[in-house]
Amino acid sequence: MKKFGIIVLPGSNCDSDCFYAVRDYLEQDAEYVWHEENNLDRYDVLMIPGGFSYGDYLRPGALARFSPAVQNLVKEAEKGKLIIGICNGFQILTELGLLPGALMRNKNLKFICKHVTLKVEKVCAPFTSRLRVGQRISLPIAHKDGNYYASDAVLEELNRNEQILLRYDEDVNGSVQGIAAIISKEGNVLGMMPHPERACDSMLGNTDGMYIFGSVLDYLTKRGQ
Amino acid sequence: MKSHVVWGASNMAHANVYVTLKKDILDPQGEAVKNALHTLGYKNVMDVRVGKYIVLTLENNSENDINAVVEEISKKVLSNPVIEDFSFDIVED
Repeated sequence: MKKFGIIVLPGSNCDSDCFYAVRDYLEQDAEYVWHEENNLDRYDVLMIPGGFSYGDYLRPGALARFSPAVQNLVKEAEKGKLIIGICNGFQILTELGLLPGALMRNKNLKFICKHVTLKVEKVCAPFTSRLRVGQRISLPIAHKDGNYYASDAVLEELNRNEQILLRYDEDVNGSVQGIAAIISKEGNVLGMMPHPERACDSMLGNTDGMYIFGSVLDYLTKRGQ
Repeated sequence: MKSHVVWGASNMAHANVYVTLKKDILDPQGEAVKNALHTLGYKNVMDVRVGKYIVLTLENNSENDINAVVEEISKKVLSNPVIEDFSFDIVED
């Protein structure tokens, strides 16, 4: 059994979705990690779920990065641990500087909540090995600040290093180059605006989120052998 | 001698910090406000940028370099240097 730690910040609201996705659908160990936790050693994967941490005061993700658990997550990331930031989690990872760029207010200034089609840009362990390049998957988005921005120099680097995993099939929020999911240069940190954890139960009509979590499990299992 | 802070007394300073999106970044809020102003007939408004205004009240004594502290706070917390610029002025009471 692999252990997934789900960081719970004041204002997180997708922590339960992540918990159930890991426990019930991936059938692995899921544990909530309160944001004051100092020791994150025991987890194979750390997840920062969606929500409005600290009320999104100042900027989405801006204040969460000072939580002890998030500070410790940075140390774990530097050691190569797998980190998944979804929605608000992605915003926090950019604020931390673990991922480049920033997430700004959606171009149309609206909160967008719908299923979107995503194009798989890059297939690699540990996050997208169950997919194939060019494949279209559907995942829900629910955000007001998902408009990915990075300078031309950073975009050039993201493309050159093949750090872009998923792009929106059509422009939904103004994200530069349609970027929906990126990984760190080292490849162990994933940030994505769409919610894979909300698309794991067939009863809800979509299980495409399992491509992501399944890829993570494949990677961990293979590594553990 | 170490100075002590007394609220309302004269050993305080205020820092007015202004945070705006960098000039080359599209500001959709500013665009929306500009369009609204045009609708109202203010056709001479050429551009609108919406930002944040943050007021810090600080202890003002010789041990602190207020300018350096406010600069650091603005850079580290109040703005995101990837997308935002900041400026500030300090008013001593």
